Amino acid sequence: MSQDSKAEWPLWEVFVRAKAGLDHKHCGSLHAADPKMAIQLARDVYTRRQEGTSIWVVRSDQIVASDPGEKGAYFDPMEDKVYRHPTFYELPKSLDHM
Amino acid sequence: MYTQAMDTMGKDGTPSEKGDKTLRSADELAHQATFDERIDAGDFIEAKDWMPEHYRKTLVRQISQHAHSEIVGMLPEGNWITRAPTLKRKAILLAKVQDEAGHGLYLYSAAETLGTSRDQMLDALHTGKAKYSSIFNYPTLTWADMGVIGWLVDGAAIMNQVPLCRCSYAPYARAMVRICREESFHQRQGFESLLTMMTKGTDAQRAMVQDAVNRWWWPSLMMFGPPDSESPNSEQSMRWGIKRISNDELRQKFVDATVEQAKVLGVTMPDPLLKWNEQRQHHDFGEIDWNEFWQVVGGEGPCNKERLAARVKAWDDGAWVRDAALAHAAKQSIKEAA
Repeated sequence: MSQDSKAEWPLWEVFVRAKAGLDHKHCGSLHAADPKMAIQLARDVYTRRQEGTSIWVVRSDQIVASDPGEKGAYFDPMEDKVYRHPTFYELPKSLDHM
Repeated sequence: MYTQAMDTMGKDGTPSEKGDKTLRSADELAHQATFDERIDAGDFIEAKDWMPEHYRKTLVRQISQHAHSEIVGMLPEGNWITRAPTLKRKAILLAKVQDEAGHGLYLYSAAETLGTSRDQMLDALHTGKAKYSSIFNYPTLTWADMGVIGWLVDGAAIMNQVPLCRCSYAPYARAMVRICREESFHQRQGFESLLTMMTKGTDAQRAMVQDAVNRWWWPSLMMFGPPDSESPNSEQSMRWGIKRISNDELRQKFVDATVEQAKVLGVTMPDPLLKWNEQRQHHDFGEIDWNEFWQVVGGEGPCNKERLAARVKAWDDGAWVRDAALAHAAKQSIKEAA
């Protein structure tokens, strides 16, 4: 049984670029002993049907994230800044495509 | 593949908590209110968001059971890889079994976001504390079983899993979207393999297909879990948006769909009571043997011991590989640092 297993392989987050021209997108995570193995396993787990042309992996414990508890305080201040959007400005019909 | 409705959880040794009766702080109550609002609004809950402890536990149990089912589900099919009748069928079966491994990994990852470790989950499986779908405790006796598993077992799985793509817990929902996309190949390859035997095969092959259908039909119906009247945890899971459609409703949907497919195939279901009910606009069907179901869930199915032993052996035999890979990684990083 697993009582004797000393340590788990570390966790990695996997990012896949679906095709040239697109961003790498987070698609999941996996356990691997080292970076090379993480890339290899990511290929087998997340691109079995040509879902990608490029893979990034990064140790999950290396990711720094914003605090979900602070979501409101952090992101809501942008809510009333509608003037940052092009649709805020009314122009004459003839220039509407500007 | 699929995990049995988690309604079996009340009987798997862990008492199902009835709501939260513990005393809670004002802070927690406020969190709870926000959480309920988000669920009602159809919002997704992400890993780091606040969630009630019972919601977290229910999900860990369901997702890990689901993952175990995918992994154990590789065994009945792995049994036929070396004996597939053609290279084409062997390649297909290999791809399918590899998919099951992948599905297990997506799901373990999703469960880990809830704060449980992979080793904890595997330990629960290996010590018999965690359940997996009872369907995998039946033996795969002939090649036709491979086709029938794809058609009926994966068909039932799809029926169950499609609503899970809208599960309120986002990492689980995302894993399910990926799984459902791949699962459709599983069902279609199974049906096509059976259709080939039925239309181009010998009488013996057609009889083999019918025999496999006879053996897998009832266990497939059991995959939807106990009847609604005996699913005490369903209501809470519905409330939380973890479960979207009831066991009986899904089972009925499955029966209605497969009866039509059986006609195309040219096989019959082993149920004399199965017939169209004009009034209900559904098929009526016979009583499921729930004693058998609970026996298999409880560890007394035809292959329970064999399946678990195979998993434990694989884990134990792989221990030195896992350790060696870690040791190698540690050595490499020292070398790089130097």
